[in-house]
Amino acid sequence: MSTLLIDIALFTILTVIGLAIARIRQLFAVAMLSGLFSLTCACIFVLQDAVDVAFTEAAVGAGMTTVLFLGALALTRSREESTPRSRSLPAMLAALATGALLIYASLDLPGFAAADAPVHRHPLTARYLQDSPSEIGIPNVVTSVLASYRGYDTFGEVVVVFTAGIAVLMLLGRGAATSVSAPARVQPLHQQNRVLRVVAKLLIPFILLFALYVQFHGDYGPGGGFQAGVIFASGLILYALVFGLDAARAVAPLAVLRGLASLGVLLYGGVGVATLLLGGAFLEYGRLGGGDALAGQHLGILLVELGVGICVTAAMILLFFSFAGRGAGRPGKTDE
Amino acid sequence: MIVTHYNYWIAMVLMMIGLYVVMSHANLVKKLIGLNVFQVAVFLLYISLGKIENGTAPILDAAFTTYSHPLPHVLILTAIVVGVATTAVGLALAVRIHEAYGTISEDEALQRDQQERDAA
Amino acid sequence: MTLLHLASDLLLGAGVLLVLTGAVGLHRLPEFFTRTHAASITDSAGAGLMLAGMLLRVEDGGTAVRLLLILLFLLFTSPTASHALAQAALQDGMTPLSGARERAR
Repeated sequence: MSTLLIDIALFTILTVIGLAIARIRQLFAVAMLSGLFSLTCACIFVLQDAVDVAFTEAAVGAGMTTVLFLGALALTRSREESTPRSRSLPAMLAALATGALLIYASLDLPGFAAADAPVHRHPLTARYLQDSPSEIGIPNVVTSVLASYRGYDTFGEVVVVFTAGIAVLMLLGRGAATSVSAPARVQPLHQQNRVLRVVAKLLIPFILLFALYVQFHGDYGPGGGFQAGVIFASGLILYALVFGLDAARAVAPLAVLRGLASLGVLLYGGVGVATLLLGGAFLEYGRLGGGDALAGQHLGILLVELGVGICVTAAMILLFFSFAGRGAGRPGKTDE
Repeated sequence: MIVTHYNYWIAMVLMMIGLYVVMSHANLVKKLIGLNVFQVAVFLLYISLGKIENGTAPILDAAFTTYSHPLPHVLILTAIVVGVATTAVGLALAVRIHEAYGTISEDEALQRDQQERDAA
Repeated sequence: MTLLHLASDLLLGAGVLLVLTGAVGLHRLPEFFTRTHAASITDSAGAGLMLAGMLLRVEDGGTAVRLLLILLFLLFTSPTASHALAQAALQDGMTPLSGARERAR
């Protein structure tokens, strides 16, 4: 009964935020609301026993995406015009029609959390949940499925993140061609703000430490390469926001970041090539153990998650640097 | 019916809100935010399909016997990261469009293109 | 045992009350700095009291340590966030409602 109440409250908040995002025209407010939407969704994921997904949604959706939206809004205008009736009416009709179709189709779905749903009786479920301790031997089934049973998909995902980093670097990498030149693109805040400086210095080591913890404990609890990469990147982004973009660039120069992003993908692919050379299939980790399949799986998952973490860290920092370093940004008092 | 299906229906309502924002608003950044809302609602739908009652998170432990299905979790984890990648590239394109056209509204950019085509 | 339970209930209730106060304040107060003050109550005092209330209910030592760490982290970051918000507004040129002296740069 209590979970039902929490469910109702969270879903109400979610719907209200969704409607507010559609109606509000101040884009900075809408960007913050979208971060709040992701965070509320992460809470709902926890309620639905999806802890890994909740972790990733909170880190990526509420953290990284909000930073990217705010960065883009700082480079463009922040208020939009009202929607003309000629656009909103057909869109509303199309959305309503699609929604009705979806709800009609959902009547065939099994009830929420039904124990006899077809998906739970599928033999693959038994394979993942019962055979994975003997085949892979780590408690977190999501990590074992992500890194081992479905390693190819995760490889594709890492390459997608890498490609996004390269694409944004190509689009926004150099300073704007036509903007007014400004000495420091992101104004360091610490000149006026001792509190921020002290608190940032206190927190950043723990943020980085927590990222390393999440990276290496992905086998035993929620965690893994993606969450760790985003948390690590957010530590550096905090440093850049408080101490200035130039200071952050001194810590993590662009050449190093590009190298790290490539290193992550190469590490993942390299593990696959190594298993090929050892006589097995691509990404067949059992071969890495030299006879002990379980040890090979552990080593393979460790290396592969490390590759993911390195690539995601570098790519997220590259994304932030590209957005923050582009153009002069807004001068202090004049607005729009 | 409502008690067993309300999760799916709320996810679908949110999907339609996101879809409406993408289709009807001309501002490119607002469109991307709407796309983000749509994505997160899709994740909500998928994750709610994997839940089982009296189950727990799919982290094997001696104290539990029923676990939520791990496969939707894996797929949605991939989808979240791919989502942020596409959002980033979309926002970078929006910034470049703003620099080239001076506006971030799709209607005004198309209008300028049309004017340049008519003048040429 | 019941005394602990009662204390935990009181702390949780106080936390909820403060969160509600913050929400009402955000809605009703006239101007930016006053609203920031109201919102900051939600984050730091409200959530802090609720976490303290939860701390008195847990049976597991590991969970208690985790809750304590979350409480510590929250006490560090929430007031800093509100401070940064108000500082940014001041820097942008907003003046508080009472017309107090402007902060010398």
